[in-house]
Amino acid sequence: MEQTNLAYARTEMAADERPPSKEQGVVAWLRKNLFASVPDTILTLVGLVIVAMILPRVIDWAFINAQWTGTDRSYCATVAQGGIQPDGWSGACWAFVGAKFQQFMFGQYPIDQRWRVMLAGAIFLALLVPLLIPSVPRKLLNAVLLFGVFPFIAFALLVGGVFGLPFVETARWGGLMVTLVLSIVGISVSLPFGILLALGRRSKLPVIKLVCVIFIETIRGVPLVTVLFMASVMFPLFLPAGMTFDKFLRALIGVAIFAAAYMAEVVRGGLQAIPKGQYEGAASLGLTYWQTTGLVILPQALKLVIPGIVNTFIGMFKDTSLVAIIGMFDLLGIVRQNFSDANWASPQTPITGLVFAGFIFWLFCFGMSRYSIYMERRLDTGHKR
Amino acid sequence: MVSQEMPRDASGAGASFINDPRIRGLIYQAVLFVLLVAFVYWIFGNTVDNLRRSNITSGFGFLNSRAGFDISETLISYSSNDTYKWALVVGLVNTAVVAVTGIITASIIGFLVGVGRLSENWLIRKICMVYVEIFRNIPPLLVIFFWYLGVLSALPQPRESIALPFGAWLNNRGFFLPAPIWGEGAWLIPVAFLLAVGLCWFVARRAHQRQAATGEQFPVFWTSVALLVGLPLLAFVAAGFPLTFEFPKKSTFNLLGGTQIRPEFLSLYLALSFYTAAFIAEIVRAGILGVNKGQTEAAYALGLRRRPTLRLVVVPQALRIVIPPLTSQYLNLTKNSSLAIAIGYPDLVHIGGTILNQSGHAIEIVAIWMVVYLGLSLVMSGFMNWFNAKMALVER
Amino acid sequence: MKNHVKAILGAAVLGLAASAASVSSADTLSDVKAKGFVQCGVNTGLAGFSAPDDKGEWKGFDVDFCRAVASAIFGDPSKVKFTPTNAKERFTALQSGEIDLLARNTTWTLGRDTALGLTFVGVNYYDGQGFMINAKKLPGVTSALQLSGASVCVQSGTTTELNLADYFKANNLEYNPVVFEKLEEANAAYDSGRCDAYTTDQSGLYSIRLTLASPDDHIVLPEIISKEPLAPAVRQGDDKWFNVVKWTYNALVLAEEYGITQANVDEMKSSKNPDIQRVLGAEAGTTLGTGLGLDNDWVVKIIKGVGNYGEIFDRNIGAGSPLKIARGLNALWTKGGLQYAMPIR
Repeated sequence: MEQTNLAYARTEMAADERPPSKEQGVVAWLRKNLFASVPDTILTLVGLVIVAMILPRVIDWAFINAQWTGTDRSYCATVAQGGIQPDGWSGACWAFVGAKFQQFMFGQYPIDQRWRVMLAGAIFLALLVPLLIPSVPRKLLNAVLLFGVFPFIAFALLVGGVFGLPFVETARWGGLMVTLVLSIVGISVSLPFGILLALGRRSKLPVIKLVCVIFIETIRGVPLVTVLFMASVMFPLFLPAGMTFDKFLRALIGVAIFAAAYMAEVVRGGLQAIPKGQYEGAASLGLTYWQTTGLVILPQALKLVIPGIVNTFIGMFKDTSLVAIIGMFDLLGIVRQNFSDANWASPQTPITGLVFAGFIFWLFCFGMSRYSIYMERRLDTGHKR
Repeated sequence: MVSQEMPRDASGAGASFINDPRIRGLIYQAVLFVLLVAFVYWIFGNTVDNLRRSNITSGFGFLNSRAGFDISETLISYSSNDTYKWALVVGLVNTAVVAVTGIITASIIGFLVGVGRLSENWLIRKICMVYVEIFRNIPPLLVIFFWYLGVLSALPQPRESIALPFGAWLNNRGFFLPAPIWGEGAWLIPVAFLLAVGLCWFVARRAHQRQAATGEQFPVFWTSVALLVGLPLLAFVAAGFPLTFEFPKKSTFNLLGGTQIRPEFLSLYLALSFYTAAFIAEIVRAGILGVNKGQTEAAYALGLRRRPTLRLVVVPQALRIVIPPLTSQYLNLTKNSSLAIAIGYPDLVHIGGTILNQSGHAIEIVAIWMVVYLGLSLVMSGFMNWFNAKMALVER
Repeated sequence: MKNHVKAILGAAVLGLAASAASVSSADTLSDVKAKGFVQCGVNTGLAGFSAPDDKGEWKGFDVDFCRAVASAIFGDPSKVKFTPTNAKERFTALQSGEIDLLARNTTWTLGRDTALGLTFVGVNYYDGQGFMINAKKLPGVTSALQLSGASVCVQSGTTTELNLADYFKANNLEYNPVVFEKLEEANAAYDSGRCDAYTTDQSGLYSIRLTLASPDDHIVLPEIISKEPLAPAVRQGDDKWFNVVKWTYNALVLAEEYGITQANVDEMKSSKNPDIQRVLGAEAGTTLGTGLGLDNDWVVKIIKGVGNYGEIFDRNIGAGSPLKIARGLNALWTKGGLQYAMPIR
């Protein structure tokens, strides 16, 4: 059939029209996201006012007015307070943080020995990072190195007294180093104990179940401060005469006991999510309790609760700041201790130090929570109907 | 094969006795039990021995001795002549005050921020997100220090107090409000309020019945508001305005008179509220997101408008998701109130610590702390469980 | 599993037996000699009394007392380890055996002597509680009796807190206690103006004043509202160890009385004065030192290690220190003070 050239039909496609200006570009985005309706507009304005009130002040304080260099308090105090700044000045005293930075990281750790802490940290990072990246192979070897070998290396490096390294008392530890040691050791101790407690709580054996329930609920029902006080004031009385614990170790035990109870509840959540069929399937294969648990149940349950475990870790990382109350100097404790240094005491010192400590804590916690979200998405397979 | 002929009853065979799960279970439990008893016995023995060796008296008898120290913040009457026991009660009351006010404020902020994070408005959404991400990721102790050392101690000295409206003042000793002094006939006001509550209940019941019978609706909410505000106000007028204020006045050291809210309380209260609110916001958000979109659509299909949809369909279902984690946040706030010790707000732990120092009874004090906090936790989770059960959907 | 039970039970039994046994043979001196150092509980940081310097080395009046004990035993003032303790931990640390000796500006009271199982060895610093105010902000306040309505910063769990309550009650004054768990917190709060006055032992006030932003603005009010005899303490029930520590204190004071100093101790050994000869263990056939379980030249070792009482005082808190506290009550009895040592003979 011959193609007839009909006047009302086009042979080629018309060029795309641009969408109406209301539907694209900045204006449309603004209309949709900020000024969709009258109440929305009001909300936006309120929000703008809040931002306009807070943001410039924060930037002013933290950057523009801030004092970046200096050797003592006079750089961060106004003339009336005995310093060099004009009256009414308000800005961050980063010079204080700069001068005390080493102390904030290592506490009173001997200066010529600080390479040991840094080396331990570097080894830890070198072992941890590959473990966290899913695509890197040899996970088993990596885990064995991190959990089996590294603790000994770290102990030797940090405490010393072996291989010709001078002994460093834990009383001289401080700063971020203490925060990290407490939380890392705490989490690695609390995870296995938490798993055992969770299994115990779901056990069919009444005595074991009761013991686990009592332990978990007691610890979860009381504040960490009281557990720490117990560790610092009562532990010495529990031990036979003459036998004593290091103060650091006592705090560590307190933190680990506390974290184990919370970890147990997280793991229990994972155990409960495993369908009964998995247990029955394992039983029908003739697996024993420990085989069932170790090969079938736990791998699935732990995978489910990785975000929960990371959240517990974040909580613990934050909670280590409480050891300052029993007289140890973690990051927050040492920052706070330095407020009373007469050489630096000025009205701006505390808030600067706190903002700095807050930023460090925030960096770690935020990083971990992002990682947890990433893992959650990655592992989001199965178990969802 | 021989094994196929083995009797089914394995329990009689000596070799398989150890493989019987029941027997094994019993053994495990017995072992654990013995271990625990041995451990407790060991600790107990050591403790008793340690105490005896250093001639420390033990027991709770010391609670009846005179406290001897003063407490800055006392809601109930207390002087240094009262007993240790009473000082602990004062501390407990202070703990309760900061926990209850903190929970209320944290819930309000948390709800607003949680809803804000789901707002259609980009700016509001981002502001709420920044808030949540900041406060969730720093330790509560740091938030407390921030308020106490960073903000409140930077306020001016009493001589240069900042004057606020209504005769209130703000300085580094806290927040000073005019104290209300109720005159004669003031008892009418609470009575009127109670009456209003009763009436509200009655109106709500009648309105419900009427709607069930005729389908007509009655503005219960606005009527209730009118009753609750109007009746006490009426009583106030009827009693002849029985209210005067005592205004704080400057003196040598500080402002005298009025009601003083101390910086210790303020910073603890603000920090706990702001910190916990970030967590509550996430819970609220998860709760609202957790309600299936089909529910909303079905409600719209039935002709419900946005408000009734929220009130009758979404919120009740969201609450079911929200209540269990909310309970644990409330408990966390209560437990975190023990951080008061870091800034000297006289809560249970702080006062207990003082008594511990003065009397040296470490074990008894730590035991009291634990029992009280456990009790608080149990009471609160009991209440929330009851509330949860009431809210739970009755399924067919 | 069963072996485990046995092991634990065994450990438990052993533990009990060991602890039962240690009741009769609590011998801190032998323990200290065996481990090679004295474990000494000190304040976490009170300039002049005990505080770590820039290099983390502990310095101060109380610290030097610990060093004196170490010198008496080992002849080496560095054979001592310090456990910083706060007000709450100090007594349990001693009770539990974590520390051998508590030298932490602790007030000697009957209650502590009896209920806490401590034994105080002798008052090494006579103190009294006072008040400090900011004279610049509160001109005209010259007496504690003018403090009605003031906010007072105080550290919790100290005798100070109790004296404060009693003093204001006795004088019918209103006040507002602002109580902190730690000394540093109380200092910071006072410095930031949270309180009008600060109260603690007067020695402490002078020490704290040094750490304030502008020390010259602050004055210590004249009232002394309590007796605060500060004394080192040991555990009850170990008389041998108690004797060593007690006589170390006495030797320090006695050395000052006889004019034996770190510089002249060797010359003094050949002094004609029989008293000095006896004290320094130079008397023929003396058994004074071995009677304590130490060497006979134990006093020489102490003085060589740390100097006499007066030298320790001057160096840390007296004229030779930034604190510049006058000897006052702590002068020797021969100079109108209260420091009076029992004779060594």
